[in-house]
Amino acid sequence: MGRYTLRRLLQLVPVFLGTTFIVYYLVWGLSDDPFAGKCGQRECSASYVAQMTERYNLDDPVIVQYLKYLGALLTGDFGQTFSGTEVSTLIATAYPVTIKLALVAVAIEAVIGIAAGVLTGLRGRGFVDNLVLVSTLVLIALPVFVTGLVLRQVLGVELGWIRTSVPGDPTIGQLLVPGFVLGSLSMAYVARLTRTSLVENRRADFVRTAIAKGLPRRRVVGVHMLRNSLIPVVTFLGYDIGALMGGAIVTEGVFNIRGIGGLVYRGIEQQDIATVVGIVGLLVIVFLLANLLVDLLYAVLDPRIRYD
Amino acid sequence: MTDTAPALRPAGAAGPEGAGAGAEPAGGLWADGWDRLRRRPLFWAASALIGVLLVMAVAPSLFTSVDPQAADLALSGADSSPDAIFGRDLQGHDIYARAIHGAAPTLTVGLLASLGTVVLGSMAGLVAGYVGGWGDSLISRFAEVFAGLPFILGGIVILTTFNKPGQIVGEVRIVTQVVLTIVVLSWPLAMRIMRAAALEATQQDYVRAARALGAGPWRIVARHILPNTLAPVLVFATIQFGVFIGAEATLSFLGIGLRDPVVSWGVMISESQERVADIPQALFFPAAFLVVAVLAFVMLGDAVRDAFDPRGR
Repeated sequence: MGRYTLRRLLQLVPVFLGTTFIVYYLVWGLSDDPFAGKCGQRECSASYVAQMTERYNLDDPVIVQYLKYLGALLTGDFGQTFSGTEVSTLIATAYPVTIKLALVAVAIEAVIGIAAGVLTGLRGRGFVDNLVLVSTLVLIALPVFVTGLVLRQVLGVELGWIRTSVPGDPTIGQLLVPGFVLGSLSMAYVARLTRTSLVENRRADFVRTAIAKGLPRRRVVGVHMLRNSLIPVVTFLGYDIGALMGGAIVTEGVFNIRGIGGLVYRGIEQQDIATVVGIVGLLVIVFLLANLLVDLLYAVLDPRIRYD
Repeated sequence: MTDTAPALRPAGAAGPEGAGAGAEPAGGLWADGWDRLRRRPLFWAASALIGVLLVMAVAPSLFTSVDPQAADLALSGADSSPDAIFGRDLQGHDIYARAIHGAAPTLTVGLLASLGTVVLGSMAGLVAGYVGGWGDSLISRFAEVFAGLPFILGGIVILTTFNKPGQIVGEVRIVTQVVLTIVVLSWPLAMRIMRAAALEATQQDYVRAARALGAGPWRIVARHILPNTLAPVLVFATIQFGVFIGAEATLSFLGIGLRDPVVSWGVMISESQERVADIPQALFFPAAFLVVAVLAFVMLGDAVRDAFDPRGR
């Protein structure tokens, strides 16, 4: 286990370097004039250009710039935006909101998805099974922004049940509908995964043994079947937390949530390159570490899996 | 897809297209799959929907004779009427005509993106799975670099680098850019699927036998490994076709994908969102077309997977 973890951590290093370098090169290396439009209608003054060139090491070749940036990043310095705000401050205010949203989304998809999956997995073919199958198909086919816009329009504007724009420091209740929207796609996958997994395990030897021992059905299902069947579901949910932290841009845009997604989007629109590279780097780390953590958790949950 | 192999026969005969149509005698993997597929109503429902969408894309004039770009500001936001049955959007475009004409760019992006993803991903996956060792590690690490970039985030970074926000670009250029962006960010998925299948096929006895008989690597890959690894990738491609249509719409919705001279459902939804409270029909109709299209491909993919994946039986 220890050696496996170490090997995986080492493998993360080239991936992290590659991804951040691509992003850095795309936003810094390929922009022909980083100061275009930075000073309104006028050209930027020589002193401003000189100061920014120094701050972002623009005189160096891109690879040297990148290494200098990386060096600062490793000491926890995310750099500054063009207007001089620390990028880390921006992240510190926006990230908690995104984490809250991702957790709400995962909680909703876990509860509804697992419930639907268990219901259909235990009953077998029939009306409920088909109903869930069709609803998961529709959920998979609905792009997040369509769900978001429609729910915002119906629940927010026409029925007036929710606010169309979530305030700066939202409560869990205010994030319920955005969380549902964000988690709706994965909810369908969770339901299907749970169902498939239950159906596979229903015929497993250990379930037959449990029934043959005369255990009550509640115990067979709750302890023997569910605990085994939910292992892949739990790992899926783990990957999803990692993915949702970086994938909330659309949902945050629709409901005007001031999270990390909105920050990236504004950063790109305003060509604020330091913000973009900083956040993308952070999100990539979170994503990769979340995946590693889930892989390790998998071995803990299922002792049959051995990594060494 | 790890235990596909026992059900496979090392027929190595006809290619996927010929065999898929039942050219092989009964019992072959492709003929078996086609047999099961034929009996699923879901498959026929999805195929019918896709057929209609394809006709819509190839010959929009069969459905409407109205120019999708014709705008009459005096009719901005008009409700449905006999000459514009879905009503009109903010600019006074006929929503029905635009939704019909939106099929072609949307499907083009979906088709090219899934083709590109599958071709690039499969080639990388085949090489990685067949060669193994050092080459495998190199390709796998390279794929992880792209897989580590969340899709929308990566899409935003790439597309805004090549087009500044608000910049006007030509139709062909923007379609190419969107397709390439999707391919660059998605090929690792196809590569992983193909790699796993190829790794397993390479261990099979019939591959060893072919090698012992003196077959070269090209022949082994083309005649023995490829036909036995295509099923999972093709299932992936069908589902991904739908997913990519959704991805195109999402990028267009964010204002960085397809844009104005091009009419796609995503572009229409993006244009509608500012005034959705006053003109809801401009959002709901293109959204409905989009959902039906994605649904059709996901359903088809589901049916194909059930038919070709022995685990589901």
